[in-house]
Amino acid sequence: MYKAKIKITLRKSILDPQGKAVGHSIQSLGYKNVKDTRIGKFIELEIDSKSADEAKKITDEVCSKLLANPIMEDFEFEIISLNGKSK
Amino acid sequence: MSRAKFGIIVFPGSNCDHDAYNVLKNVLKQDTEFLWHKDSTIGDRNVIVAPGGFSYGDYLRCGAIARFSNIMKDVVRFANNGGIVMGICNGFQILCEAGLLPGALLRNANLKFVCRNVTLNIENKKTIFTSSFNGSINKDKITVPVAHADGNYICTAETYDEFLANQQVLFRYEDNPNGSFENIAGIANKKGNVMGMMPHPERASEDLVGGHDGRHIFESVIQSLN
Repeated sequence: MYKAKIKITLRKSILDPQGKAVGHSIQSLGYKNVKDTRIGKFIELEIDSKSADEAKKITDEVCSKLLANPIMEDFEFEIISLNGKSK
Repeated sequence: MSRAKFGIIVFPGSNCDHDAYNVLKNVLKQDTEFLWHKDSTIGDRNVIVAPGGFSYGDYLRCGAIARFSNIMKDVVRFANNGGIVMGICNGFQILCEAGLLPGALLRNANLKFVCRNVTLNIENKKTIFTSSFNGSINKDKITVPVAHADGNYICTAETYDEFLANQQVLFRYEDNPNGSFENIAGIANKKGNVMGMMPHPERASEDLVGGHDGRHIFESVIQSLN
């Protein structure tokens, strides 16, 4: 078993109004050195696959087809082995 | 009798399906049926309406999950063969996610759900969806309501160049309510058989509800099939 930890963010070129609003709140808390805030999604998948490579391939496909919209979002992920852990 | 046979897709969370049905069936007296998202075919329907609402709770992204509904395979086939497909509000988001229309709809720039009447400039009156504005109606502007949180349309510069070359922008907001790129409120695909718009023409099709400008969009479609 493998776990995919996926991060999805709005593409850099796209204005993130939610991030901006939260950024303003951080500023108003007094943290003037926090310069930029971007908000995204975090998704975890548990994948029953033979190898980390296979889990990586599946995660990549699922992200491209469904979890992220390439017009507005970028994604990145890491694959962690769950083998040897009790399930 | 019109040759139009409307099919309105009902997804879990659709909430403008009955508004569209009322306009098409009771106001315009058209052959109209609901299509359930689990159906595998659109049957004999020759105009498909993807209605407004919050399909699948807007989970993940608006329209992202509805796009994989069983019926959407046949809707994509139908559209690719030149069939007429209209997406309104959430329906527009679904058609973008399904790849039937270019671009995507982001959270409104002001982060607010906007619900009010807007004025649209009709940019192209020579389409299946807008031709009646060129005839006896002769209008350059219409007033219809918007009601959405994710109507901020974006597309690439290349796509927008194509829009201009092919006159694919059908409606622009006079006063942009959501930050939409180039004030875009509604577009068509290159072939002109698939249309998506964020405003709700089905909620402005009877004087009883304050106006009937939206009705002419459906009338255009009906006329195109006669």
